[in-house]
This record gives sequence, C-alpha cells and structure tokens, in this order.
Amino acid sequence: MGGSAILVAGIVVLKLSQVAAPALEKLGLVSYLLGSDWDPVSGSFGALPFVYGTLVTSAVAIALALPVSVGLALFLSEMGPKRLRPVVGFAIETLAAIPSVVYGLWGLFVLVPLLRGTVEPLLGRFLGFLPLFRGPPLGLGFLAAGIILAVMILPTIASVTIEVLKTVPPPLKEGALALGATRWEAIRLAVLPYGRPGIIGAALLGLARALGETMAVTMVIGNSPEIHASLFAPGYTLPAVIANEFAEATSELHTGALAGLALVLFGITLLLSAAARILVRAVARGPAGARA
Amino acid sequence: METARPMSMLVRPPEAAAPAAVAGEAVRSTLAPAPKLVVEHLAAGFGRATVLRDVDLAVPERSILAVIGPSGCGKSTFLRCLNRMHELVPGAWARGKLLLDGDDLNAGDVDPVLLRRRVGMVFQRPNPFPTMSIRDNVAAGLRLNGIAGNHGEIVERCLRQAALWDEVKDRLGASALSLSGGQQQRLCIARALAVEPEVLLMDEPASALDPIATAKVEDLLHELKARYTIVIVTHNMQQAARVSDQTAFFYMGDLIEVGPTDRIFTAPRKQRTEDYVTGKFG
Amino acid sequence: MRSFRLRKARNLAWTAICGLAVVAALLPLLSLLWLVVSKGGAGLSPRFFVDLPAPIGEPGGGVGNAIAGTLLMVGMASLLAVPVGVGAGVFLAEKGDGKVGSVVRFTTEVLSGVPSIVVGIVAYGLVVVPMKRFSALAGALSLALLMVPPLARAAEEFVRLVPSTLREASLALGVAQWRTSLRVVLRTALPGLLTAVLLAVARAAGETAPLLFTALNNQYWNARPDQPTASLTVQIFNYAISPYEDWHRKAWTAALVLLLLVGALNLFARVLARGRLRGAR
Repeated sequence: MGGSAILVAGIVVLKLSQVAAPALEKLGLVSYLLGSDWDPVSGSFGALPFVYGTLVTSAVAIALALPVSVGLALFLSEMGPKRLRPVVGFAIETLAAIPSVVYGLWGLFVLVPLLRGTVEPLLGRFLGFLPLFRGPPLGLGFLAAGIILAVMILPTIASVTIEVLKTVPPPLKEGALALGATRWEAIRLAVLPYGRPGIIGAALLGLARALGETMAVTMVIGNSPEIHASLFAPGYTLPAVIANEFAEATSELHTGALAGLALVLFGITLLLSAAARILVRAVARGPAGARA
Repeated sequence: METARPMSMLVRPPEAAAPAAVAGEAVRSTLAPAPKLVVEHLAAGFGRATVLRDVDLAVPERSILAVIGPSGCGKSTFLRCLNRMHELVPGAWARGKLLLDGDDLNAGDVDPVLLRRRVGMVFQRPNPFPTMSIRDNVAAGLRLNGIAGNHGEIVERCLRQAALWDEVKDRLGASALSLSGGQQQRLCIARALAVEPEVLLMDEPASALDPIATAKVEDLLHELKARYTIVIVTHNMQQAARVSDQTAFFYMGDLIEVGPTDRIFTAPRKQRTEDYVTGKFG
Repeated sequence: MRSFRLRKARNLAWTAICGLAVVAALLPLLSLLWLVVSKGGAGLSPRFFVDLPAPIGEPGGGVGNAIAGTLLMVGMASLLAVPVGVGAGVFLAEKGDGKVGSVVRFTTEVLSGVPSIVVGIVAYGLVVVPMKRFSALAGALSLALLMVPPLARAAEEFVRLVPSTLREASLALGVAQWRTSLRVVLRTALPGLLTAVLLAVARAAGETAPLLFTALNNQYWNARPDQPTASLTVQIFNYAISPYEDWHRKAWTAALVLLLLVGALNLFARVLARGRLRGAR
C-alpha cells in the first residue's frame, strides 16, 4: 500500500524534479528554501515569502471557517428546525460548486473594496495595538486572501462536520440531557468531545484545500513577494506565484525555481491530507467500546 | 419478606382497591409514605399516532414500581414521559398531569431541564461519556449544576451507593470505557445519583448485562429503595417480581392493571394480565 | 448552585451564535450569486456567446471562442478520464480488497490530494515540454488528471450499491464474471455513474489554474488539439485583472455564462441522482 503511494507521488515528484533540478542545483537547496528575496530579473530566487504567505492565508482561513462551520453544523443537526436542513444543505453544495475564478472575481470587486473602505480601517482603529492589524488599509492582501479562502473551504469543513455529528450516538446525548443539561450543555458534554477528532479531521481537509487553492487567492492577495506581520499588507502564495509566472518564465532557472515551489506545496499538502484521513477514519470507527 | 411490604400503596381512582380492603388500607395509608409521583390522564404519541392512552397511577415515596408488558406496549414511552425525554423526538407529544410532590411538571411553564434534575434516568445500554474519566463521569451532573466544593466526597459516596467503589477506587482517573458493561451501567447509576434526584427512572437497566452483573444491579435496587423512588421498565417478569413493590402492566398503550407486585403475579384481576404473567402471550 | 437563568441564557446565546454562523456562511453565497446575475446579466446577449473577443475600445465582442475552447478541452478530458476513472472504480468495487485493489485505491487517494496547480505543472512536463508548445491537449490532460480520482471514488460507491443478489443471479446463470460486471452491474449503476461523470465535468469546466500554462489562451477560434486554446475561466481571469472597466463588465458576464454551464451540469446530475433513488424504491 505504501509502495503504491510512493509510486504515484513518485511520478509527480519526478516530473516536478526534472523541471526543478537545474535551478535547485544552481541556487543551492538551503538558500533557495530559506531565501526571502524573489527577483526573476536579477536571478534571485528565495521560496520563503511564498511559504509564509501560504501558511498565513491558510491560518486566517481556518481561524474564520472552522468556528463558522462548526456553528453551522451544530445549528443544523442539533438546534435549528429540521426543515432548514435541506435548504442549507443545498446552499452548501452550491458554494462548493462555484468555480474558484468566480470567487476571485467577487473577491476583487466586492470583498477588497469592502475591506479597504470599512473593515480594515475599523480593525486598525480598535485592534491596531496588535501588529496583525497595522498599516495602511489596502484591501488587497493576506486578510482578503484569508477571507476568500475561508468562504471556499467552508463547504468542505461544514459538510464533513455534519457527517461527524451524525455519528454521535443518541443515547450519549440523552445521557447528558437526563442529568439535567441544557441543549448547549449536552453539546459541550457529549456531542463535541465525541466528535472532536472528526472535526479536527474536517479542519485539516479544509486546510489542505486552502493550501492548494490558486485563482481566487491570486486575484486578491496583491502578488508581492514580501513578508509582513500585518494582515493588511500584500503578499504572495506558492500557487499564486506559479499561476502568475510559470507561463512567462523564460529562463530555465526561473521555471525550475517555480517547479521547486510546486514540490514544496505538494509536500505540505500530502502531509496534511494524510493526517486528515487518518483522523477522519479514527472517528468513523469511534472510541473503542463506545458502540459495543 | 412479602408480608413486610405495605399492603397497597396504590392510589388509582375510582377502582383503586376492592371495597372490602378500603378500610384496612385507609388505616395503613397513614403509616405508609405519601405518593411521591402521581400520573393523571397521561396520554402520549408521535404525530397522529397515539402510543399511550389515559394512564393514571401513583408511586409512593421510597418504593419501586416495575412496568411490564410486551414490546411496543408503550412502557418505554411511559418512562420517557416521566422526565420528559419523550418530547425530544420530533413530532412527539404528551398530555396529562405529572405531579411530583404535588407540582405539575408537565405544565407548560416548567422547564424540562429543571425537572430532569429531580428525576434521574438510567438507560438500557450503559452510556458513560466516553472521553471522560470515571471520576468526571460521576461529577458531570454536579459541574452542570455549578455545585462547588469537594466533588471527591460526593463521587465516593455515589460510587459506594452504586456498589462500584471497591472496584474502581484505585483508578478513578481511568477512562470510563475501561470498565466492563456491568460496571459501566453501575457508573451510569452513580452518575444519576450524584445530582441527588428524588425519582430514579430505569429503562431495562439490566437487559444488556450478563446474569452476574444483572444480579448486582438488582441487589443495588434494594439498597437504593431506602433513599429513592424508583420506576423500572423491564421485559423480565422474574426481575419485576424480585425487585418491585408495585407492578404496572401495559398492553397496546393502555395501563391494564397496577397493584402490589405479589397480587399482580398471584391474583391478577384482569384476564389479560393473567395471560401475560402466566406466559400465555408476550 | 449556579443560577438556572444564567444557564438558560447561555444556552440561548450559543443557539443564537450558531444561528448567526448559518447566516455568515450564506451571506457571501447570496452576495456572489446576486452580483453575478445582476452585473453579468446586463451584458448578456446572443452575440456574447458566438463572437470573438473585441479589442479594447471597440464595442461588442464575446467569448465564443472561449466557450468553444472550454467545451473542446472538457470533452477531450472526459474521453481520457471517464474510461480510466470508471474502470478504476468498477475494479475497486469488484476486486478492491486484494493487493492490486489497495494499490489502485491509494493511488487515486494520493492523486486527489494534489493541488490543481501542481497537476498543471505535471501536465506541462508531460506534454508542453516534449511538444515545445502550449496546447489544448496539455490542458485536457491536466483536467483529466483532476477528474479521475473523484470519478473512481463515485464509480466504486455506485457499483457497490448494486444488490449482490442481482450479481449472484447472473453468476448463477453461468455468465462469466467480467460479463456480469459489464452487463448487469454497469447497467444497473449507470444513472449513478452518469451523475458522477456530470459532476466531474462540471468541476473540470470551472478549473482555471492548470490551464494557465498548458492551454494558455487564444484570441481566435481553435479546434486543433495541438494549438493554444482559450477557455472561459482563463478569459474571466484575464478580464478581471485587466485595468479596463469594459473588460470587468465582460468578466462578470462570462462568469454568469460559466455559472450557468456549471449550474446546469450540477442540476442535471441532481435530477439523475434523484431519479435513481426513486427507481431504487
């Protein structure tokens, strides 16, 4: 089993490596991975700003999408009226079916002006003591990319969480209610602890999607290979720079450096989705003895 | 032991007891405890279906009422009406009065959450919280109700009451799932006792257990009777005969007959009851 | 004892917060759909579907070649991916418990985790580099690689849904195993498989990233697989990031066209899936 995984991964890695090899040899692996300067004109290629941008935008996305998804899933399966379920279920499927480039369009012409005009000035005023919310409100930047990613990974996390909540045995919930728990207390006491591994798995699946997402991010992040602490600042991600520069890369060095970024991205997503699958399977089986 | 039991603690108007017995019972009833839980005209169902019709009965304080009847007779629904778990099922409804010490708990303004603190429940299958330790399972209800102080003492007392203390005292921090099925069920009893309910409902608490564990739970019932009023649903008539003071027989959603357990099993007044307890059907 | 009112209030507050989460999740969807319909609808005309893009400053112009390019590449990708994906799925359902089965299953799982942009580079390495030219074929290959894993997974599920009694009945009649699979099982699972294919096609039609450096773009009509080709998604991207007001409007209209295409495919898949369920009852 492991052998076959290595086989497929091998073909992908082989193809990427063939393209990337000359550049990595010339630049040196360490200075390539840890370099923070990316300037194709002067032949300087450092991967760090893109890794940073990818991680920061994905972290913002998860921080926003996870609570909303879990809240939505809880409301649908534990709290709200049953009639709401098919309606919201349909809406979530629709969200998942919208192409990335259309999200980008919406982000560029709706979200970015909203951030620039309203949200970022407000955040700067009230939370400006945090380095995260400093600097001029540009609209285009880490925050915009994080929000658009959050919208895009929400269907993944929400639908998996809904499935996870379905696996919570009813007697467990009733046990809490019979002790005199309110509905929310029963959720805290019985539902969430039982579902926790599955919800973490759902979050990791969403995260894996966020890491590889390209078009929408490319359109709203500002495309500037810099490392800033502020979420208002423009940045760049691994997929975005590949999308923007790969077709126009003329030198072997430039193409190779971009393929190297793809290798890094592939490595990160592979690790994450493996972890997510293991967790989701663990919860599908349930804690030992709970169903005996 | 049969004679030690009060003759009848049945309060079931109008045909509560035969006229000849009335005088004797009236004298004894001044000694016998007052009814703790009184059910009047209770009816329940799901949507258009009615699964329970016009049930009247009373359970005296510190006694055990066994509820028997064939599958689908409404006995589980009856039990779940007593702590209003029944209404959690979408479309479920219940009407009638549910008097605990005279307060109507089925009234619209009574919050079921408060009711369930006074009326605890033990389920058919043990359902300890799987992510919690033994200690935390027992203390879960206390935490909910914001009871501060030394949980350790209460935990020990409840585990002792549930006859589990000696088996788990050295590993209170272990997962509840490390216990055997019978131990898990006694843990669930301890968990229900921790919030000091007045009434304890048990839905076939021994049906998922082996004979030894069943015997332990039955012994436990005799001890718990000293403090609590207990209603137990069982499909096992020997069990009903062994543990209960009163027995109620349900059939097809009707309460057919309720009375002292020895009378129900030796001299039932209704033909259906006799057929059932003598094994002619069910 | 903690006040019961506080506990009730907390219960209510969390219920409200979770309800707000539903609203927060649906707001972007409603905003997006409303804007695509209102902004995009304004520029919609029959000629938009058939005309070539107009140079900047000239009135009119459409995305006819981009629609044709998307259809061409998605069609080619389906020809590549459907036999492979469905075949892998049927194989997994029928013989998936063996050693080869687990190899195939793991392969599709790994492949489904690869970001589309990385798949694009793989297709670039496999087609563009040897051909020394961007082409519809390279774009189609990248789309096909993205279609195979979900197709295989769905096909496996649908074939497993076929009652084993049906399969055994056919085997008992002395029909060879592979003919059983093909005839009885596939025919019974067909509506489900079609649903899966439609959903995969819808997903492929909305892909942009891997096309950027495989099919590239083209200002003119193209029907040749070995030439650069326009696509609806790349066209939307180019219009959106341009500095021109007029092209922004065209981006919205093209997005409406894309959503209509993807939406129709999804709707069709849904209707088919429902029909299958009704048939099963």
